[in-house]
Amino acid sequence: MSSLLRVNPITCEAHGLCAELFPERISLDDWGYPIVDPEPVTPELEEHARRAVEACPTLALALLRAGDRSPSGKT
Amino acid sequence: MSATAVAPRRRSVPDPHELPRLLAGAGVGQGPVPLEEHVERHGVLPKEISRREAARLIDLVEASGLRGRGGAGFPTGRKLRAVAERGHRAVVVANGSEGEPASAKDKVLLRRVPHLVLDGAALASATVGAAEAFIVVGEGAERERLAIEDAVAERERRRLDGVAFRVVTVPDRFVAGEETALVNFLNGGPAKPTFTPPRPFERGVGGLPTLVQNVETLAHLALVARYGPAWFRGLGTEDQPGTALVTLDGAVGRPGVYEIPVGLPLRDLVERAGGVSAPISAFLVGGYFGAWIGVQNAVDLTLSNTGLAAAGASLGAGTIIALPTGTCGVVETARVARYLAGESARQCGPCLHGLDAIATAVEHLAARKKQRRGGSEDLPRWTAQVKGRGACRHPDGAARLVESALTVFADELARHARGTCTGDGRPLLRLPEARR
Ligand SMILES: Cc1cc2nc3c(=O)[nH]c(=O)nc-3n(C[C@H](O)[C@H](O)[C@H](O)COP(=O)(O)O)c2cc1C
Ligand code: SF4
Repeated sequence: MSSLLRVNPITCEAHGLCAELFPERISLDDWGYPIVDPEPVTPELEEHARRAVEACPTLALALLRAGDRSPSGKT
Repeated sequence: MSATAVAPRRRSVPDPHELPRLLAGAGVGQGPVPLEEHVERHGVLPKEISRREAARLIDLVEASGLRGRGGAGFPTGRKLRAVAERGHRAVVVANGSEGEPASAKDKVLLRRVPHLVLDGAALASATVGAAEAFIVVGEGAERERLAIEDAVAERERRRLDGVAFRVVTVPDRFVAGEETALVNFLNGGPAKPTFTPPRPFERGVGGLPTLVQNVETLAHLALVARYGPAWFRGLGTEDQPGTALVTLDGAVGRPGVYEIPVGLPLRDLVERAGGVSAPISAFLVGGYFGAWIGVQNAVDLTLSNTGLAAAGASLGAGTIIALPTGTCGVVETARVARYLAGESARQCGPCLHGLDAIATAVEHLAARKKQRRGGSEDLPRWTAQVKGRGACRHPDGAARLVESALTVFADELARHARGTCTGDGRPLLRLPEARR
């Protein structure tokens, strides 16, 4: 089952760690804020995604299970 | 299934093909329609409604095809159902904040037919089980606030409603009328959007499921409840039934708020407004979150989302502005882009930085300045990049406006590149007086 990454743009402070840890799906815009590829995160990539979620200093990144609306990657 | 939901049988149902509906009996320059006159025209609503009646009213609203008039066009029946299905005491918010400086239709409604708005808010409250309904108006909308307060007082004297109305003013900022910003404000916070979920219907004012509905939507709801979905569908299109209030401004004979059947050809609206007062180069449709449409593509368009889709626009909250050929569309877009950048709630990086960069780039194009960044490659990339990347849709709307300008005013942009401009320098689009 695949998952979706979601950024909370209010808490995100453009630390940019997520793009470093998960370049397969996250790039940065001209101001250093993450652009998340809307492609679902396939199971092979989930480990990288989880690492990016955990690395965010402001807990702005969440991994949602596809079809689930509530964040599961952050508490 | 009988035609109406909850209203007592009326002597006469208005002709389903006749205009105006919302503004019936409300003359330009006259005060608000008083309660007696309102009741005479539309009848009294029951104070309480049973669960069965509430369920029926939701069915009727769904059957009517009524869509939200605050800009997004979400089906109202579905939203009512979502809040009602929480099965919990709820809150209703009537959104009359109308933060867009070019729009006047909600103010006209509040000031001329306050009882129709309150009827809608009362019915919506009864339907979703709300004991409190907030009627929200902008801080600067003094007359509208007074009209609503007087109307509330009239109804309280006659103990007409089973819900407590609270009239609240919000700061006159563009994003203050966004639904999570309103909820945040009513909860004692700043009038800035919050991250979703939770959406207001899940957890809103006081933590309760909250129905946020534009005031025009509620006014239509009050008519659907009385006259039924088939009556409501007597005007408008299959996909967007009913009438709509539109604010028409710019180079037309009689700018103002008009009630139109959705799907009316743009040329007919302009004709009703006394025709154009100068040659037109483009129309801005859908307000400051809308899109420019070149005049050659605009005249045959019909005013519905389906009719406007071909031109990349939608009706939004119904603001339409006719741009005369003597006014430069690039300069006007730059003014609005700067205004919208300044109206960012400054919470989300892509909105805060992106809208500012976009505005600066458009300002440079308008001023015929050479620029290092924000030139032909940067601008389209930035407008594409900011979309969907704020907590609310503010960046999306601003980006859409600028994108449409880059296409529609391509000739003018070429002129600017050669150092000339067709504009006479007089500003057209309404912006609030500078406050920064
Ligand atoms: C930046 C922004 C500003 C908004 N301002 C208003 C407003 O002034 N009035 C309004 O009714 N809706 C406004 N909305 C839309 C509301 O969020 C919400 O969708 C609407 O009030 C719901 O009512 P409706 O379904 O009856 O249209 C705004 C949305 C955004 C993104
Ligand atoms: S997108 Fe802009 S206006 Fe909307 S919440 Fe974020 S900063 Fe505020």
